[in-house]
Amino acid sequence: MNRGGSGPAATGSFGVDDLTVAYHGRVAVAGVDLEVPAGTVTAVVGGDGAGKTSLLRAMVGAVPPERGRVRRPSSTQIGYLSAGPGVWRDLTVAENLEFSGTAYGLGGRALRERADRLLARTGLAGAADRLGAQLSGGMRQKLALAMALLHEPALLVLDEPTTGVDPVSRAELWRLVAGAAAAGAAVVLATTYLDEAERAAWVLVLDQGDPLLGGVPDELVGGVPGMMFDSPSRPDRGASWRRGARWRTWSRDGGAAPPGARRVDPDLEDAVIVAALDRHARAAAGARDGRAA
Amino acid sequence: MSATAPPREPRTPPLAEARAATMRFGALTAVDAVDLRVLPGEVVGLLGANGAGKTTLIRCVLGLIRVTEGEVLLFGEPPSRATRARLGYVPQGLGLYEDLTVAENLEFSGRAFALGHRDRDGGTAPADPLASDPELAAVGERTVGDLSLGQRRRVAFAAALAHRPDLLVLDEPTSGVDPLGRAQLWDTIRAAAESGAGVLVTTHHMREAEQCDRLVVMADGRVVADGTMADIVGSRATVKVAAGRWEDAFAALEDAGLAAALVGRTLRVPSAGRDEVATALRRGGVEAEVELVPATFDETFVALAGRAGGA
Repeated sequence: MNRGGSGPAATGSFGVDDLTVAYHGRVAVAGVDLEVPAGTVTAVVGGDGAGKTSLLRAMVGAVPPERGRVRRPSSTQIGYLSAGPGVWRDLTVAENLEFSGTAYGLGGRALRERADRLLARTGLAGAADRLGAQLSGGMRQKLALAMALLHEPALLVLDEPTTGVDPVSRAELWRLVAGAAAAGAAVVLATTYLDEAERAAWVLVLDQGDPLLGGVPDELVGGVPGMMFDSPSRPDRGASWRRGARWRTWSRDGGAAPPGARRVDPDLEDAVIVAALDRHARAAAGARDGRAA
Repeated sequence: MSATAPPREPRTPPLAEARAATMRFGALTAVDAVDLRVLPGEVVGLLGANGAGKTTLIRCVLGLIRVTEGEVLLFGEPPSRATRARLGYVPQGLGLYEDLTVAENLEFSGRAFALGHRDRDGGTAPADPLASDPELAAVGERTVGDLSLGQRRRVAFAAALAHRPDLLVLDEPTSGVDPLGRAQLWDTIRAAAESGAGVLVTTHHMREAEQCDRLVVMADGRVVADGTMADIVGSRATVKVAAGRWEDAFAALEDAGLAAALVGRTLRVPSAGRDEVATALRRGGVEAEVELVPATFDETFVALAGRAGGA
């Protein structure tokens, strides 16, 4: 394995250590640690502006770290699906694959065989002569993923591969991602959806550039402090939010249940909301203390 | 499969109703004999793969196109300019002017709806959202294009809700927003429903579907399921596989042509029987625990939607 990026990288030890990314002094990612082991899927989750794209861009070497270290293989061992369109609109599906394969030094029979296999696995074989511009959102994302997989990279970096994609195509995309991990690739993907992140072996939740939570999904859910309640109407104490027509309430000290409420086990959505509320409360308290001092 | 939930108040006339609505474009039948009802206070989720006919159905309900056959009624009458004034619509693109400020956007939409406005409480002028929402007021003078997606969504909601619409139509309303922001947006949606509005949400995402009272699933232009999430999943099951090395199990299942979904370090095979999965694993020489577990809504949806409208 070549040594590339800004640090030594043996196979299977990809990731970032204390990474900070800034654009013109504006911090997009602050002090993030993330391990991306081979043969697993790691998810980075957060809303718009959370820093997901900046973290992934640093992983692939598209933006230099302001501070900290990125461990990645040489660029020829990285497959990257960016948040943009990801395919050339005026090339056909087959030409997109060929062009991308050639860029990674593939050619001849090896390229044709891999391209054919990926066309079959993505269900795009029937659309090989269609222009990139004429593909539906789901087909376009499958082609972009096929292009990132073509050279069988050791590190696969996927920026919101399923955004705007319907559930049927989403399942097909996940099957390809799982296949790459099963074949030994280290996969890191960004998503705004927690139900999707729950499929990963490890989840990092970002909030405005800061790491909010990180861990195995089950452990994050198990680690929610205090107690969670479900009730038909809004309780007058505790932090509460909607779940369908009902309410979820979190009590940090596990105090008395709101009237009509029953205790429930939190899920990942609850875990992230609790962590965000906690963080905002601490930030507000910090601001008050700062003013007092 | 069609598990129809009983309406909560059977005598309440629907705010929106499609009866055997059919929409043809030449030889293509985009919407095929669809029945849909949205009652006051109800949040209905409309789901379907791309090409299933959701967008066409929404366009019929909004009155942007006229059905080829069947009937669409809004507030008991065919869609018209008058019914349009009682609708609030947040498209996926949000429909805001990016180079106007928040206040200018709200003033523009407020004035458009003020013409002949009369809401269900007899009010004749839309409310000023900036007066009631300090967080929105704080960004009132900023250009919409400079706001975060979460803030832009709040502005779009405020613009759609200011005239107190009787029917709210939302396309992936919380897409791209973090969980806390999403909870706040759902608070707004639920508050509108609790004050008597009906809400029709189209979405691809299960967390949004989970927030709805009732779901309508379309495939190939038809309604293939209608009911609560639990009704629709029913007794469907999925085969769960726990192996020492999931990648070996995955390879064995793929070799047998079985589509396995990775969840953490376990696999789920929604489209096959327990024995079929066990046989494939045995042939691949993989030792694993194989059990039948309740299906998720996502898995049920994919089974219902099939590959027909996919891609």
